[in-house]
Amino acid sequence: MADVDREQWLHMYEQMAKIRAFEEQVNELYTSAKMPGLAHLYIGEEAVAVGVCEALRRDDYITSTHRGHGHCLAKGAVLDKMFCELLGKAAGYCRGKGGSMHIADQDTGNLGANAIVGGSAAIATGAAFSSKRLGNGRVAICFFGEGALGQGVLYESMNMAQLWKLPVVYVCENNLYNEYTHHSESTAGSMKARAEAFGILAVEVNGQNVGEVHEAAQQLIARARRGDGPAFLLCHTYRYHGHHVGDISRAYYRSKDEEQEWKTNRDPLQSLKDWLTANGMADAGIFEQIERSVADEVSVAVNYALNAPFPAPEEVSQHVFA
Amino acid sequence: MSSPSANGRELTFGEAIKEALAEELRRDPRVFMLGEDIAEAGTTFKVLNGLVEEFGPERILDTPISEPGFTGLAVGAAMTGLRPVVDIMFGDFSGLIMDQIMNQAAKIHYMSGGKLKVPMVLRTTMGAGRRSAAQHSQSLHAWYSHIPGLKVAVPATPYDAKGLMKTAIRDDSPVIILEDKMMYKTVKGPVPAEEYTIPLGVADIKREGTDITLVATSSMVYVALEAAQLLDEIGVSAEVVDPRTMVPLDKQTLIESAKKTSRAIVIDEGYEQYGVTAELASVIADGAFYYLDAPVKRLGAMNVPIPFSPALEDLTIPNAKQVFEMAKVLCGKN
Repeated sequence: MADVDREQWLHMYEQMAKIRAFEEQVNELYTSAKMPGLAHLYIGEEAVAVGVCEALRRDDYITSTHRGHGHCLAKGAVLDKMFCELLGKAAGYCRGKGGSMHIADQDTGNLGANAIVGGSAAIATGAAFSSKRLGNGRVAICFFGEGALGQGVLYESMNMAQLWKLPVVYVCENNLYNEYTHHSESTAGSMKARAEAFGILAVEVNGQNVGEVHEAAQQLIARARRGDGPAFLLCHTYRYHGHHVGDISRAYYRSKDEEQEWKTNRDPLQSLKDWLTANGMADAGIFEQIERSVADEVSVAVNYALNAPFPAPEEVSQHVFA
Repeated sequence: MSSPSANGRELTFGEAIKEALAEELRRDPRVFMLGEDIAEAGTTFKVLNGLVEEFGPERILDTPISEPGFTGLAVGAAMTGLRPVVDIMFGDFSGLIMDQIMNQAAKIHYMSGGKLKVPMVLRTTMGAGRRSAAQHSQSLHAWYSHIPGLKVAVPATPYDAKGLMKTAIRDDSPVIILEDKMMYKTVKGPVPAEEYTIPLGVADIKREGTDITLVATSSMVYVALEAAQLLDEIGVSAEVVDPRTMVPLDKQTLIESAKKTSRAIVIDEGYEQYGVTAELASVIADGAFYYLDAPVKRLGAMNVPIPFSPALEDLTIPNAKQVFEMAKVLCGKN
């Protein structure tokens, strides 16, 4: 595994545990009708966001997807502002105007979650263009699901990124399903070869193994920062829940056995726990401690958000223009 | 009409736009341009000739033929410290870039609660008359004007084009500028050598009059001025008002003019159905209702794909004779 010390491993575990606890709380808020709109849960995919973001500087850029809570948290977002945004409260990251699918935070380099599949491919590429032009050494990460492989703008962006050697890493989270359709029904040929056709270095990893994701991300990000151009990181992962929280009857597109197999045998948190324990770097007590403290943090944050005020009516017409 | 003191200095519409771009490129190193064939070729319309020689290929950047890709790239670049000016050769290609503009550029500032800004300019063309047929002749400024978060300018004179372009580049919001491609070389006018800008959202009275208001946009300003000339001959004094920007819209100037003249026609080269003319006519009808002696009329492009044949194409664009006839009826002179 990657050259990471014990403290960093535990930090990565904590980040993954935080995303999971946050998402479980979101599920509860949604099913108890406390949260408006839609909720697309990231549970099961935590190792991708954390493995990648752990290799970034705070001022590096990310763009995210409609399943973006994990990316935001992994890049440094704080729980109370996240919950406030999801509940449409004024203290949210976007003053309640973006919601779950549009969280952005300039302070952590988060250029925004995007509800158009593939919608941020060009934006991330543009951020990389700025970084190169301004010479500030920043790298842009473009997170997207395998469903975005059907969007032409992704390939237009990759073409320009490779022509102009832009510091951008396209991180494809292949969670197998384009909403409710298996990728084999939507995506012809090889996913990796799509990037390779542009001469872009493409690497494929087990997205349930945070160490593997992190090691590859470190290399690709360092390479981009050096000026060696874009890369494509294909992460094989799985979303435990449906496309969104309301997607409960899933039998027509995937089996319970398949879901059980991933949850039981390929869970990213459990895998890291097992590996750290087997290597004598941690024991059950440490994990329990982390989980307890994360649960407390989540509970304080959600209570804060539930009691926080909504935006004042006059805010509705603010921020149309800069 | 806002009268520039140009001391006899005249530029074509295209030259004025190039001068605005060159001045802003010189003033602010964050400004750069990107688009298809804009560098050595100077665009299909040859409007940008010479810019790459002065500013280099890094700032006058030729892109692949990937309108959504490079427009979106500009959105990202604008969000992260640069000030891109995107060149979309024909306004008809707006269909390709619309997601980047309407879902990304227009909404990011609002969706982020004011945290992120998208200071970009999108230049594109409008207007028929070039025998370019249905996919190269449309005027789609109504599309852009429909989306909250976008500012939209449709300059009619070299003076306005230069002043509005400079303001657009300095604006922190996305601004769309639609340039009539027939005017690049044919329209010439006074442009002062001294620095000036024109604020967005201020209409210009291109001709004073007392009997009827002709609200006209872009190339239709010239159609309205020609109609005003014809109306003069039958004793009708027409005022020609050019809104100059669709968003923000200077409603007050339109309303005041209609109150003064008590009659109004709105003329625009976009399709008439559900178009700019409907919006402007409604603003006047609403704001000047008790002063009007006749219903507000409108003239837009025919609701057909623009045909190729010259014999047909010319029929689709509003002309001075049509405006004249309509005005005559409104003024009881028929």
